[in-house]
Amino acid sequence: MYTYSEFDRDFLATRNAQFRAQVERRIAGNLTEEEFRPLRLMNGLYLQLHAYMLRVAIPYGTLRSAQMRQLALIADKWDKGYGHFTTRQNIQYNWPRLRDVPDILDALAEVGMHAIQTSGNCVRNVTADHFAGAAADEIADPRPVAELLRQWSTDHPEFQFLPRKFKIAITGSPNDRAVTRAHDIGLRMVLQDGQRGFEVIVGGGLGRTPVIGKVLAEFIPEADLLPYIEAILSTYNSFGRRDNKYKARIKIMVNELGLEEVRARVQRRFETLRAEWQGADQAILADLRRDFAPPAFRVAPTEAYEIAYKNDPVFRSFADTNLAQHWQEGYTIVTISLKAHGATPGDATSDQMRLMADLAERYGHDELRISHEQNVILPHVHKSDLPALHAALQQAGLATANVGLISDIIACPGMDYCALATARSIPVAQEIATAFEAREQDIGGLKIKISGCINACGHHHVGHIGILGLDRAGVENYQITLGGDATETAALGERAGPGFAYDQIVPAIERVIDAYLDLREDPQEEFIQTFQRLGAQPFKDALYLTGDRADAA
Amino acid sequence: MSTRFTTSVVTANDLFEGDVVYLTPQGGWSRIHAEAELFTDQAAAEAALDAANAQPDRLVGAYLAPARSGPDGPEPAHFREEFRARGPSNYLHGKQAERMC
Ligand code: HEM
Ligand code: SF4
Repeated sequence: MYTYSEFDRDFLATRNAQFRAQVERRIAGNLTEEEFRPLRLMNGLYLQLHAYMLRVAIPYGTLRSAQMRQLALIADKWDKGYGHFTTRQNIQYNWPRLRDVPDILDALAEVGMHAIQTSGNCVRNVTADHFAGAAADEIADPRPVAELLRQWSTDHPEFQFLPRKFKIAITGSPNDRAVTRAHDIGLRMVLQDGQRGFEVIVGGGLGRTPVIGKVLAEFIPEADLLPYIEAILSTYNSFGRRDNKYKARIKIMVNELGLEEVRARVQRRFETLRAEWQGADQAILADLRRDFAPPAFRVAPTEAYEIAYKNDPVFRSFADTNLAQHWQEGYTIVTISLKAHGATPGDATSDQMRLMADLAERYGHDELRISHEQNVILPHVHKSDLPALHAALQQAGLATANVGLISDIIACPGMDYCALATARSIPVAQEIATAFEAREQDIGGLKIKISGCINACGHHHVGHIGILGLDRAGVENYQITLGGDATETAALGERAGPGFAYDQIVPAIERVIDAYLDLREDPQEEFIQTFQRLGAQPFKDALYLTGDRADAA
Repeated sequence: MSTRFTTSVVTANDLFEGDVVYLTPQGGWSRIHAEAELFTDQAAAEAALDAANAQPDRLVGAYLAPARSGPDGPEPAHFREEFRARGPSNYLHGKQAERMC
């Protein structure tokens, strides 16, 4: 795995010393809040409803066990003993005190982590497929390219003041687990005549104007990728709107200029830039590829796994939902659900973090991943270790077998923490998970995603069922969207109709689910397939007790 | 937002802790909503807000929050302000925890 170079370490030390001095000047009254705010945001420090919030980047979602342990230590020493993993592969601490933040940043730097560019109008943490380097369906590990992008974009002088924030996601698999079509730039590795390259998607995004990204280039060879991305950023920096915050994302530029025109401008810029780069990035990329070389896999029998699978129904249920196929014979990918029924999606206590770190060290080649779905992944586990791993997870309340099911909900912090929220999201997620616990295996694969305001941090537009919390005349009100899709067949959900009050949202979701169970052709047909076959109408009828369902009222 | 004035308290976040504070009738700052001064007059409320904004060395983001009088003192008049006065609903953290000890 990539570890920080001397250059990275010096840079972090300098930045942290600067921020420590800025905090001191703020406390001494030598900086006003107006002056201090952009400085703290550049270092990931927000002020939320009840406290400050520190957002720490987990580049392409990859952690070593030592880093996870340090996150636990920070949670214990300076926060309330837990952390919140987010859809952008960050961790957020909800309760730091201003004076402690410089110490927290120093503690992060000890393990090569930081909070830089987790806020502000710059290139944010580059996110990646959480199964990168492990998934059986992958062409190649996209993380060397992600790391190249991180190095290039960090403190890049030209791109610190873009018109708006800029988010890049990357995957090396045809099955898109990185929501590439909802990012400013989405990169999907493809092969052309045996050569590796990327499909470049541009102008996707959620928020108040949700847009599915469009294909700007079907194939950019890997060697041209960085100059091509720089050309996109440069074009956006010149032509993106700065007059209106809500029209400043690249998706609006693409809509206003048109895809053809954007393509032509990017192409002109690219031709200049490619000549300037002269392939300098390719030498770095070659080194990075060595840093991300696969671990030393072992060859061992897998009988222990097969025996446990046959004899232990609890283990079998875990294996059926929480494992994914690894490219290496005998190995598997384990998703540890942070969605125990009734718990806060994405939260992990410091004890749980330490246990996951220990397990990664013992059984997982020292690697952990954070998924955009707010779970933790051990990407390289030999199947023979699964029974012991599962037993250890059970002890810590981390063996919930619900990955991909209705209780595996994405939820943003909402009005329990977020200053921008118009309603709560967390308790809605908790109640849905609890309400469906008994029948979720029967319900099958289903993605519910919840946001507490139109900024859509909880990805509700691309949930099979999306829930958006709003403030309607001083009370919480929840709007439902149906039929969204976050994968390679990305689609925005369709608004079902008027919203539901807080105490009506769970019964409303129950009506949608009951309708699905009635309507599906067989238990193998998942919710989204039934929706695609029949359209929204039967589900709207179930929600609003109209049509065939009117007499149910 | 309606432009009509509703009875309000002056609230902000504490610069050091980040937590929610309220302006009291004595001109100090309390962490308890019921101890806040309830303004029924727009001009007086805005003057108090200006005074709060003149204390940037201990406060961040002062504003007028809708409130009404209750048996024990002013009560929040919007659910957002109820959460600010209480704490998150998923854990016993924030003000609701402080009040228990
Ligand atoms: C609590 C503090 C947070 C604040 C103040 C905040 C603010 C925002 C804002 C203003 C937007 C809309 C930006 C735009 O469209 O230009 C946004 C979008 C987004 N945020 Fe957050 N957010 C917060 C937390 C989170 C968390 C916890 C997550 C992950 C769980 C997250 C992930 C996202 C995502 C995925 C989007 C939509 C994608 C896009 O950029 O179009 N945010 N956020
Ligand atoms: S969607 Fe809204 S409420 Fe949720 S975290 Fe984002 S800004 Fe806050």
